Amino acid sequence: MALFEARNLKCCRGDRTVFRGLSFCLEEGQALVLKGRNGSGKSSLIRILAGLLSPVSGDVIWEGETVFNEPEEHFQRFQYIGHLNAIKPTLTISENITYWVKLHGGKLAYLTKALKKFDLENVLDLPVRFLSAGQKRRVGLVRLIVSSSVIWLLDEPATSLDNAMIEQLENIIRDHRKEGGIVILSTHQNLKLDDAIELQLDSF
Amino acid sequence: MGKFLEILKRDLRLAFHQGTDSLIVVAFFTLTIALFPLGIGPDQEILKESSPAIIWVAALLASILSLNRMFETDYEDGSLELLCVQPITLEVAVIAKILGHWLTTALPLIVISPILGFFLNIPWEGYLGLLASLTLGTPCLSLIGSVGAALVLGARRGTPLLALLILPLYIPVLIFGVSAVDALIQGNSPQPHFFIIGGILLGGLALAPLATAAALRQAVE
Repeated sequence: MALFEARNLKCCRGDRTVFRGLSFCLEEGQALVLKGRNGSGKSSLIRILAGLLSPVSGDVIWEGETVFNEPEEHFQRFQYIGHLNAIKPTLTISENITYWVKLHGGKLAYLTKALKKFDLENVLDLPVRFLSAGQKRRVGLVRLIVSSSVIWLLDEPATSLDNAMIEQLENIIRDHRKEGGIVILSTHQNLKLDDAIELQLDSF
Repeated sequence: MGKFLEILKRDLRLAFHQGTDSLIVVAFFTLTIALFPLGIGPDQEILKESSPAIIWVAALLASILSLNRMFETDYEDGSLELLCVQPITLEVAVIAKILGHWLTTALPLIVISPILGFFLNIPWEGYLGLLASLTLGTPCLSLIGSVGAALVLGARRGTPLLALLILPLYIPVLIFGVSAVDALIQGNSPQPHFFIIGGILLGGLALAPLATAAALRQAVE
């Protein structure tokens, strides 16, 4: 029995069928990379897995049970990084992150370590509005390290990151997978992930 | 409960950092009320009689003006979509946001309403009634308004649409809010009016978060 599984998903936006008959199975420590041209449904698939979007048909399954019956348990299981960073420009970095950690549960003790990894410890008390786009993205990504969620759902996580930070992101994903975590991500940049499963969405 | 307070605390902190939002609502409320004596003229009797209605109508309009802030910034910066996938019941989170909105936009109106009542020459017996009816009535406005604020998310020209959608639903609160003050001024018992506003408040507390949460889930889809 696979740990995390999508079965026969069908997604429609408006009248258009984005994909149909999409299935995959993931075990501990595996990574799934979503590929496909613009509009092929990479974001839609991630949003379905996060429970933000309902599939027209099909099911998302965790340890043999559908996740849609117990949404709050499912929400505890994953961290979602979308196109937007969900940070408030007037609050400081630590205020922004602490809020989400308190809502989601996680270890605030990891915060210093996490900020160091993303090279943010010097700007900790600065309101976010003074940061660059790449720094804001990093603030969004800090949630990943502080949380204790098994699944990471990452929609274009490397947007506006520089090369050093992309490498750091690759390291962090590797560490997470070593601890048995599952990573599902969509990307246009070539993130280097060891033996990741590729899913070409154009063919669905 | 801890998470409820976290959401409330954050919204209060944000309102404090962006103090202009609350100030604009208070200024709008004051200015609207100040227009009436200028328009009606110096006839103290007419002002005295219509003062509860003037204050209540201004409160309704000020509430509409403030509503679009309830979810809009969260919607635009992605906080709303992330809030929808947190392990907390969305309806509870919605109540926290409504309470935060009421504390930062309606409470200041209640606080300054006696001063504005003084401008309008409201009779002495009316002050307590005005404070009580606003205290009981404005939470109803925030609750009813939250449904509209969630429904117009992502729509073009959301605020005018919101006003058209929500103002008709405010009418019962307006009627009983004003008649409670009038009853006190005329020496009658305001109790039945307060009971009805209380009923609307309890009904809104039970139903509005459900409807608002459903509209928010629709908005982030």
